[in-house]
Amino acid sequence: MTARSWRPTINSLILIAALLAAWQILFEFAGNQAMTSPAATFRYLGQLLATETFWGHLEETSRAFFFALVIAVSLGLAIGFLLGAHRLLGEIFEPMLVAFYSVPKITLYPIILLAFGLGLPAKIAFGAIHGIVPVAIFTMAAVRNLNPILLKTARILRLKPGKIVGAVLLPAALPEIFTGLRLGFSLTLIGTLLGEMFGSQRGLGYLLMTAIGLQNVPLIMAVTLLIVLFAASVSTLLIVIDHRLHRRVL
Amino acid sequence: MTRAAYYRLAFIVAGILLLELLCRTGVIDRLTMQPPSEMVRDLAVLLASGAMNAAMLKTFLNVAVASGVAVVAGIAFGVALHGRRAVRQVLEPLFATYYAIPIYAFYPLLIILFGLGDAPQILIGFALAVVAVIVNTLNGLDRVSRVLVKTARVYRLGPIATALKITLPSAAPYLLTGVRLAVAYAFIGVIGAEFIMSRTGIGYEISFAYNNFDNKIMYPLILLILAVSIAVNAALSQWEKILMRRRSRS
Repeated sequence: MTARSWRPTINSLILIAALLAAWQILFEFAGNQAMTSPAATFRYLGQLLATETFWGHLEETSRAFFFALVIAVSLGLAIGFLLGAHRLLGEIFEPMLVAFYSVPKITLYPIILLAFGLGLPAKIAFGAIHGIVPVAIFTMAAVRNLNPILLKTARILRLKPGKIVGAVLLPAALPEIFTGLRLGFSLTLIGTLLGEMFGSQRGLGYLLMTAIGLQNVPLIMAVTLLIVLFAASVSTLLIVIDHRLHRRVL
Repeated sequence: MTRAAYYRLAFIVAGILLLELLCRTGVIDRLTMQPPSEMVRDLAVLLASGAMNAAMLKTFLNVAVASGVAVVAGIAFGVALHGRRAVRQVLEPLFATYYAIPIYAFYPLLIILFGLGDAPQILIGFALAVVAVIVNTLNGLDRVSRVLVKTARVYRLGPIATALKITLPSAAPYLLTGVRLAVAYAFIGVIGAEFIMSRTGIGYEISFAYNNFDNKIMYPLILLILAVSIAVNAALSQWEKILMRRRSRS
């Protein structure tokens, strides 16, 4: 590898070191009552991961998140392809999608709970409504911005409709769609966790809520750290793939 | 109005009428949701009674403070960061993964640090909003044409005068994108935080009404939040379009 290609890695390492240092400094100021130090938090997280009850919560959250993500991605892609391919439909519904994106969806939570009842379905639904919109908006834009020559070529080659989507449209629109998937991933995670914070008896969100009630600072810090680590590492991975895809097409 | 706008309006009206019909005929029972017409009437009654004035004032004030501080701090930080390539490269991965991190996960921590007052909610709103402002400021500054920057140098303007007189006005539409997102995120952050845990504010009133099955208060308040956040967002995006048109003309 050349020095140039190591640049992003080095930058990330500097960033992580800076964040840990900031955390340590903040801890020195805030003191033991308010927060735990980086070292203590990692240690406590290690202990948590060794207990069985914690894995139960983790598994519950993972399951809800997985289903929410599947729904958000498949519905988002379907809506995006439909609105992207149909000019008029796109014009009609795009402003509504954008408006929905800017709404504090947490206020809709009572309605979701009333509709789905307590438990897994409500969490999944709440995660999914957060994730659908970015996936749909980016897919729509990707399909709309496709070079018309691609479609004409596909038609001249007399490809079947399924083949046109699979062999031409999807690969060409993939980089931009992937950006939407990346955002969809993050928002679905947030939605799922929020869903767990109310009206749930299991999962990491529930664990956070009970920890607030008990003022259990080490637990709050450890769970927060775990969530941040997971979100940041998956997101970094997705960004790397995202950049590769964009470069491949250009 | 364009054809698409007519269709959109018709779609929304039809949706509301359908909901009204489903509620009136009892397909959706009254414990779950009351008809939209009654929600509007209840909202009017609620607003006229003044019972929610304190909560509304507090929430909107907190949103204003959170987004205002985020806009000023974000633009200032963006301007300061723009010329410093090395620092920017280090911070770039943070900006890219920032929205993957569930900021609400830090809310319990903020409550323990600052107590249950306004500060944790404003901080959550600010934390959600500020990075969108920074990213859009950087994006806008990147697009300022080099001729303008050179002109500033010919007139020997200092860095602050250059920013205020040349670069920021030229980047205005992009800054406004940041402002629009900041307001939307501040709404999401403040109301979400109120909903999760607080003692006042509209988010709190919604969750309180929900816990007491008080649909006559809950639905009107949800309606209010949706209406206000959509209206503010629509107004700002209209302004953004006007600025963008003016910029491309000049």
